[in-house]
Amino acid sequence: MTPLLKLTGITKTYPAVVANDGIDLAVLPGQIHAVLGENGAGKSTLMKIIYGVTEPDAGEVEWQGESVSIRSPAHARALGIGMVFQHFSLFETLTVAENIALAVPGRIVDLSRRIQDAAERYGLDVRPDARVQALSVGERQRVEILRCILQDPKLIIMDEPTSVLPPHSVAQLFDTLRALAGEGYGILFISHKLDEIQALCDSATVLRHGKVNGRTDPRTETPQSLARMMIGRDLPHANHATDISTGEERLGVFGLYHTPDDPFAAPLTGVSLTVRSGEIVGIAGVSGNGQDALARMLSGETVLPALQADCIQLDAEPVGHLGPANRRRRGLHFIPEERLGRGAVPAHALSENALLTGYDAGLAHGGFLDFGAMRRFAARTIEQFDVRCGGPGSAAQSLSGGNLQKFIVGREIELEPRVLFVSQPTWGVDVGAAAAIRQKLVDLRDQGVAVLVISEDLEELFEIADRLHVLFRGRLSLPVRATQTDVERVGLAMAGDFGQLERSHEPTTTPTEPDPSNEARLHG
Amino acid sequence: MVRLEPRTEKSVAAPFVVTALAIALTLVAGSVLFLIYGKSPIAGFKAFFIEPLQSSYGIGEVLLKMGPLLLIAQGLAIGFRARIWNIGAEGQLILGAIAASMLAIQFDGSASPYLLPGMVLAAAAAGMAWAGIAAWLRTQFNANEILVTFMLSSVALQLLYYLVTGPLKDPMGFNFPQSITFSPAATFPILIENTRVNASLILAFIATLLAFVFMQRSLPGYKLIVGGLAPHAARYAGFSDKKAVWIALLIGGGAAGVAGAGEVAGPLGMLQRNISPGYGYAAIIVAFLGGLHPIGIVFSSALMALIYVGGDFARLSVGLPGAVTTIFQGLLLTFYLACAFLLNYRIRTTRPAPAAVSSSAEATP
Repeated sequence: MTPLLKLTGITKTYPAVVANDGIDLAVLPGQIHAVLGENGAGKSTLMKIIYGVTEPDAGEVEWQGESVSIRSPAHARALGIGMVFQHFSLFETLTVAENIALAVPGRIVDLSRRIQDAAERYGLDVRPDARVQALSVGERQRVEILRCILQDPKLIIMDEPTSVLPPHSVAQLFDTLRALAGEGYGILFISHKLDEIQALCDSATVLRHGKVNGRTDPRTETPQSLARMMIGRDLPHANHATDISTGEERLGVFGLYHTPDDPFAAPLTGVSLTVRSGEIVGIAGVSGNGQDALARMLSGETVLPALQADCIQLDAEPVGHLGPANRRRRGLHFIPEERLGRGAVPAHALSENALLTGYDAGLAHGGFLDFGAMRRFAARTIEQFDVRCGGPGSAAQSLSGGNLQKFIVGREIELEPRVLFVSQPTWGVDVGAAAAIRQKLVDLRDQGVAVLVISEDLEELFEIADRLHVLFRGRLSLPVRATQTDVERVGLAMAGDFGQLERSHEPTTTPTEPDPSNEARLHG
Repeated sequence: MVRLEPRTEKSVAAPFVVTALAIALTLVAGSVLFLIYGKSPIAGFKAFFIEPLQSSYGIGEVLLKMGPLLLIAQGLAIGFRARIWNIGAEGQLILGAIAASMLAIQFDGSASPYLLPGMVLAAAAAGMAWAGIAAWLRTQFNANEILVTFMLSSVALQLLYYLVTGPLKDPMGFNFPQSITFSPAATFPILIENTRVNASLILAFIATLLAFVFMQRSLPGYKLIVGGLAPHAARYAGFSDKKAVWIALLIGGGAAGVAGAGEVAGPLGMLQRNISPGYGYAAIIVAFLGGLHPIGIVFSSALMALIYVGGDFARLSVGLPGAVTTIFQGLLLTFYLACAFLLNYRIRTTRPAPAAVSSSAEATP
């Protein structure tokens, strides 16, 4: 059978790095082909080349047996290559059919019928006349897939499609992809989640440092063998000390309500939680369910009016009215999910970025900067947290996402927090760095720091957290012990059904905590 | 093929290249302008840029005009780096001039050595207060500081017209719209013999030193810079954006106010209708042309002063209209802003692979 797409010796060099180095790849019709690799292994560059966003420096692209040079995404689509991006490009105020009509010619009425046909055929359950703003993330992804299918592609590229989905939607997506492959579509599935690739794909190309490090049928592999191919060693796992979450209560949130300025963002309704010294509390949930507002309220980037100051307490003292600098002085350190532009100033050197939150910790004296201390602090952080960069003088924007995150995590840990609050600690961070970051969080916990983690990655939360909450549409579930629940129940809660999860809640009333039964009524 | 590529690393050379390119393009456009007027570009540029530097009088005039430009631009640059756009330095200068004049008029005839320092302080306070209106409206009601500072300049001008034709008018001045001539204790001493260069130039250099220390070495300066470069990072770190608005506008207003004192207590020696030939606006160009860096601004203010004086020389010796000065300033800013993209992008020339071109032609549907 002629491959749909055949790449031979694809090479792409950027000023600082060889992103693709002699990559060969072939996708047959009806095949679900995985491209597996850590962040920075060259997956994105390869996809950009296939989709016509960038041109390769060397190598050949064959489409259905003929040599082509794909000049633009429009050209790629004309050839029959479709792509479903990780980040959606839909207009929220338009309906599903209107959104698709922007890419597919035809009258809305006809299009709606075609959408419905395709939706039934591939299990992409979504109504053509629904407004996108009312759709869940999973439904939005279905719209993206429908838009792609209706443009009559032969090959569909899926860029980390599961990273935004709750667990139960993943199974549905896989059914759809299998149905598409059954009809002869070729699918390129990009991911670094090993279990998904094993469940879905019938062949895999593993990239490492821009080169092909292996070609295999993932169904015949084990997660360990795939991991070794991907990162060159076994998957590291955070070492978890025994549960010691009987420490003093450090951070307390009591009945927090907040309506963000953004009309499409979820308002927080009656969020309550506590974090004790020596425990990691995890907040699971799909992004966009109030995580951003909660993070800003706890960090102090959004300040509460003085009357509501005691909704947020540090060491039983009200801090809701204080800004980030004051909360940091009381020991609460925050690591945001946006590294460039929020956790770090892109154009500034690492030594200057050390100052961002470290100016109180001896990096400035009497209002004047201590450049020596800044450099030493940055150098120490770089060394202790294995940050790969040119040194304290490197600009933050010159680091890869994972290395910058290691630097920011390192900076906050070096500043000796009493409460550490991390949002999406390993988003877009490669597997090795992610494991290192998780281990640091667990180490901190063992040293008696109270750690609060917001994450979309359930595996990560089950690995490190002692107690778990789920955030859904601005409501926070009651906490449950991670050992007394499972992925299914948390998954259900991530879709809004708190009942199964909260059954394993153990009331641990303390004098400062309001009666949890109030919460239960709210959630009911 | 030529394409633009975002820079991954800050370039050391780019700020110099951008400034040099802007000046070169201004000279080219200026030549065209001279030709349109039927004048030889060589004679025009000689009058503009060479003749002023050939006499001690010319050099003195350049230094005289450099003083206020340097002082105001240093103040504005601090705000601009925090992305607070104070474009009303002209009005703040006028308020400074008024405040300084009121002291000079009140204590006319006094020989007190404290009079001049008092006038400078009063001018700084008045400039700050005028800019402070914009800061208050911005922090309280989120009113755009660009519009407020700009409109306040018009208000300041009307206030000046009222004062010089009314309360501050010289009673013995034959009804001319100007104040009395200040006594020697209320004017800056001459710095260089036989020129009009006075001690206010020293204030400008002191301001340069202070600006350098503040922006390159101090924590409050660092906070302002972070607020300008990455507002989300500033909020994350807990740097108050309201404080940044206040600091930026007060510094800019204060510097412009002092420049106003430098004019009335310097070359003018009185309060009158025309205090400044647009120093407050030209200083915006000076600040950008100097890369918003305290050292760069020293050079750009000298260049701008030369353009002011050169314009006068060109009018006399070549017969070009006086508006040429303003046109030159405008050209310089326009070309600088147009070239400024090179700070963040670089131009790369690539040769397309010939094989790729032919195969893509076949593949075109």
